[in-house]
Amino acid sequence: MKFGVVIFPGSSGEGDCFYVIKNIINKEVDYIWHKDLIKDIDTYDCIILPGGSSYGDYLRPGAIASKSPVMESIKEFAARGGLVLGICNGFQILLESGLLPGILLQNENIRFKCQYTQVRVENNKTPFTGQCSKGQVLKVAMAHGYGRYYAPEDVIKDLNKNGQIIFRYCDAQGEIEISANPNGSVENIAGISNKKGNVFGTMIHPERSSEEILNSSQGRVIFDSIIGYLKGVTVNGK
Amino acid sequence: MFLVKIYVQLKKDILDAQGKATKKALESLGFEGVQDVRIGKEIRILLDGRDISEVSEKVRQMCDKLLINPVMEDYDFKIMEVEK
Repeated sequence: MKFGVVIFPGSSGEGDCFYVIKNIINKEVDYIWHKDLIKDIDTYDCIILPGGSSYGDYLRPGAIASKSPVMESIKEFAARGGLVLGICNGFQILLESGLLPGILLQNENIRFKCQYTQVRVENNKTPFTGQCSKGQVLKVAMAHGYGRYYAPEDVIKDLNKNGQIIFRYCDAQGEIEISANPNGSVENIAGISNKKGNVFGTMIHPERSSEEILNSSQGRVIFDSIIGYLKGVTVNGK
Repeated sequence: MFLVKIYVQLKKDILDAQGKATKKALESLGFEGVQDVRIGKEIRILLDGRDISEVSEKVRQMCDKLLINPVMEDYDFKIMEVEK
């Protein structure tokens, strides 16, 4: 089982992803430079686009990175059903590349927010949440200035209908309240997948919430779910 | 050579967080009657080309491929011929 973590100029979360995969969940992992077309991409089981500010967030967050050569390989990989996880800026890149629908706008209150938040698992029948129970509340880290998810109404309707909304911001009891929405996202959306379920983007940082020393290990379940899915084992999902 | 000025705005139904904060600041300075503030951006490109129609076709392609995200933005542009 092998993971690949992509590095763009300005990425900053790649080290955290690499560390968690290698040292916490003990799997093989490589760094992938964004200029490279990945010829052997099928030797990977999961590709991660990490957080940070690729290209300094110039033009629009994720816009320039989404045109990098590596994204061509990742699009083909995703079309064949390969698992792709976009975290924070990685989520922005997935949206800009068209692998996921919608866009992330500047936070409603303009502030860059670096804090813990809660998200509720809305769909546990995905490769990324198969070890969660439906409605489970995860306390996880977030850190972003552009996290306000937006998509036109018909897209939101489809996301709901197809079970593509994976996480919503919630309070500690799991209630979806406006007060628990840190950035003004439509319907408190914190993470979505594509229709097939193999491409997942989220504003939360599971890799910074995978060890108790960091105040939360509740993000680890996302990595455990990926491994479970790749092994053909899930606990609560299908 | 041509000077292209591309004006980019958030779509009308999207909340412009910067504009909203700026409107509040204007009001706190005592300016009355500020109905709305929207903040966009202008992209300037110096571009070689045969004529305006060739340049505008190229600019449209640039906007479609990179400069504009149609989910959230609208745009408009002006082209002026300038001395090299």
